[in-house]
Amino acid sequence: MATDNRPISPHLQVYRPQLTSVLSISHRISGVLLSIGLVLVVAWLLALAAGPERFAALSGFLASVPVLLVLVAWTAALFYHLLNGIRHLLWDAGWLLDLRGAYASGWTVVGLAGALTVIAWGVWL
Amino acid sequence: MAEFRLPKNSRINQGRHFPAPEGASNVRTFRVYRWDPDSGENPRIDSYDLDLDECGPMVLDAVLKIKNEIDPTLTFRRSCREGICGSCAFNIDGTNTLACTKAIDEVKGDVRIYPLPHMPVIKDLVPDLTHFYAQYASIKPWLRTQSPAPPDKERLQSREDREKVDGLYECILCACCSTSCPSYWWNGERYLGPAVLLQAYRWLVDSRDEATGERLDDLEDPFRLYRCHTIMNCAKTCPKGLNPAKAIAEIKKMMLARRSL
Repeated sequence: MATDNRPISPHLQVYRPQLTSVLSISHRISGVLLSIGLVLVVAWLLALAAGPERFAALSGFLASVPVLLVLVAWTAALFYHLLNGIRHLLWDAGWLLDLRGAYASGWTVVGLAGALTVIAWGVWL
Repeated sequence: MAEFRLPKNSRINQGRHFPAPEGASNVRTFRVYRWDPDSGENPRIDSYDLDLDECGPMVLDAVLKIKNEIDPTLTFRRSCREGICGSCAFNIDGTNTLACTKAIDEVKGDVRIYPLPHMPVIKDLVPDLTHFYAQYASIKPWLRTQSPAPPDKERLQSREDREKVDGLYECILCACCSTSCPSYWWNGERYLGPAVLLQAYRWLVDSRDEATGERLDDLEDPFRLYRCHTIMNCAKTCPKGLNPAKAIAEIKKMMLARRSL
């Protein structure tokens, strides 16, 4: 019997997205976004050090609508990653590891991250 | 390394359709993964329209009806039909569970049935579990002792110590959890996966076992244990309501506790 041509059964293609797995991959994705977004933060600090004209130029760029949307996404990623990181610390301490705890804390993190993003930008603008 | 797309030989084609018999009123469509090792073709999805008025309530009843009445070549494992043998574990309606304890009623729309995810397929719904079982054997799933057994009685446990294996001993090794775990999909060669780690913990907490140190030594490995990232698909999908994620977290805590001594 040939065993070398066995197919691999479908996985991502058929597995229904679960809150558990979606929040987990979101944690990674938000971490990557944060790293990329740090380039903007560093540019902002460099412009600050380079004098008022540079800073004004960059501020104008940051205030344009597409860049603003990126910044909103970046702050959302920041709050999500921070809160979900705390969730992971609680898990590592042995808490919230039943399904109830995982779901309740998961939705709490999503809600809080959204709320904090809205509040942050409400205060800023 | 994680490979998100299916390899060429694993991509799924449209298969045959088997319409319901004349006069059937309560019809449901079952879309079933098929792969015939002798055909040289890619896997396909065959769809069967069944009259639910002439079928038992569980997904396993439907699969058996297809095999008995429509297509005897459909191949799958089943034995006890009551959720204790773990043979009929499939991916049903997007999550892994036992066909014998999953009611057709619980599924909305077409019932999609695939083999357990990211496993080599032997035929149709039968995955190759050789590696899974080898991983199970690797944790030495038996009582390991140094001290001689009492000559006149069993090795006894207190009631409290016995309770520590509740929620662990019930595992039937159906592999639903391990094959629901993305970490196991991408690193299953080296990561033991939720089912085997739950079993590892079952022996770690057994008050009669005297090999706790060696067991922890064997698990102290970046892949075997620490590929668990608390995704928790395992606990979500377990047809027995067990919680491998919690068992794994307890193992990680044991690792820390002994290091800080």
